[in-house]
Amino acid sequence: MTCDFSRTRLDAYVDSACPDEELASVEAHLRACPTCAADALARIQMKRMTQAAAARYKPSPEFRLRMEKSIQGNRRSRWAFLRIPEIAMLAVALLLLVIGATLWVRHAAREQALAELVDLHVATLASANPVDVVSTDRHTVKPWFQGKLPFTFNLPELQNSPFKLIGGRLAYFEHSPAAQLLFQIRNHELSVFVLQDRPGMIPAGMGIASEREMAFNVETWSAGDLRYVVVGDASPADVHALGDLMRSAK
Amino acid sequence: MPLFARLYNFAHWLTQDRAAAEDLVQETYMKALRGFSSFRQGTNFRAWIYKILRNTFLTTEAGLKATNMTSLDGDDEAAEPASAETPESSLLARLNQETIQNALEQLPVKFREIILLCDLEDMSYREIGETLGIPMGTVMSRLSRARKAMRELLVAKPQGASR
Repeated sequence: MTCDFSRTRLDAYVDSACPDEELASVEAHLRACPTCAADALARIQMKRMTQAAAARYKPSPEFRLRMEKSIQGNRRSRWAFLRIPEIAMLAVALLLLVIGATLWVRHAAREQALAELVDLHVATLASANPVDVVSTDRHTVKPWFQGKLPFTFNLPELQNSPFKLIGGRLAYFEHSPAAQLLFQIRNHELSVFVLQDRPGMIPAGMGIASEREMAFNVETWSAGDLRYVVVGDASPADVHALGDLMRSAK
Repeated sequence: MPLFARLYNFAHWLTQDRAAAEDLVQETYMKALRGFSSFRQGTNFRAWIYKILRNTFLTTEAGLKATNMTSLDGDDEAAEPASAETPESSLLARLNQETIQNALEQLPVKFREIILLCDLEDMSYREIGETLGIPMGTVMSRLSRARKAMRELLVAKPQGASR
């Protein structure tokens, strides 16, 4: 008995690859056609036998071991390649760490420098002789520093300002001489330190920076090679106003 | 190593040689590792790596020999016609594992591989198509012809020739 039903469709049925829309018609045919039903059954059996027979070769343990080593070695080298971004990230992280550490060190140095100047200011105020040169006249105070400092600076005209010059003294900051000028506004006394700017001492080029250090208001800026630091317990506005006066000095 | 034992089995069936199969599997994994970035997530990993193995095989001496012996295109589009052959139940009764293995060995590579992918690896026609790089219709027709060729081999040597 023969049947002209497509063997390809029968294979698809056996392989569970029969399209859904054809499945019903194939199954209907198999129910009606003993030849094709027997053929389909034989094909299923053949498929199972082939499956069993074809699972024939097994890799040797030696080969498996060799492959595992090879893969691991390859993975390591690939990791090395794939880790380029990781290395870059690590480098960036290290760079950020270095930058952060540098900034922190600079910040710490700056904090320390300002704290020392505040200490100097406080010590000056606590001293029985706070100033070496007592004068409200800038033309007296400024010349007093001649020969005592390796630099010169200008003092502002204080007329029509709320500030009063008390005098000046020679201070030492980080083993270098500095000018300390004492001003008064109402009941507050402020120091203006003029010192040679040095990299790392107080970051140069930072413009005018106002800070609060140990309850004192501080303003600092650089001009030329000189670093100016205003310290006082007056308001930030007063400190800034004195800074403006100093910056306008000619 | 995913699919290692299965890939080795498939490679051995293709190459018919243990050392060549080992080389083929090793090269397949190396290529897969190198080209893993080209593997698109969501696509069929099994078809992808079998395809690498099969394409690698085709570049070997044995693979080139196999492709030269049989055209890979052939008359694939011609589906197996309706058959008037005797149902295979009587044939099956006389078969054992060895005869099937012998028949598989004698099949042209293009028939052997498609039977292995379908019957052993239980790949869908779509996966087979991806692995072999052929359309679904060709998968169906080639598979049908491969099975017919295998049946003919089995009928020719029903007693199972020893190797």
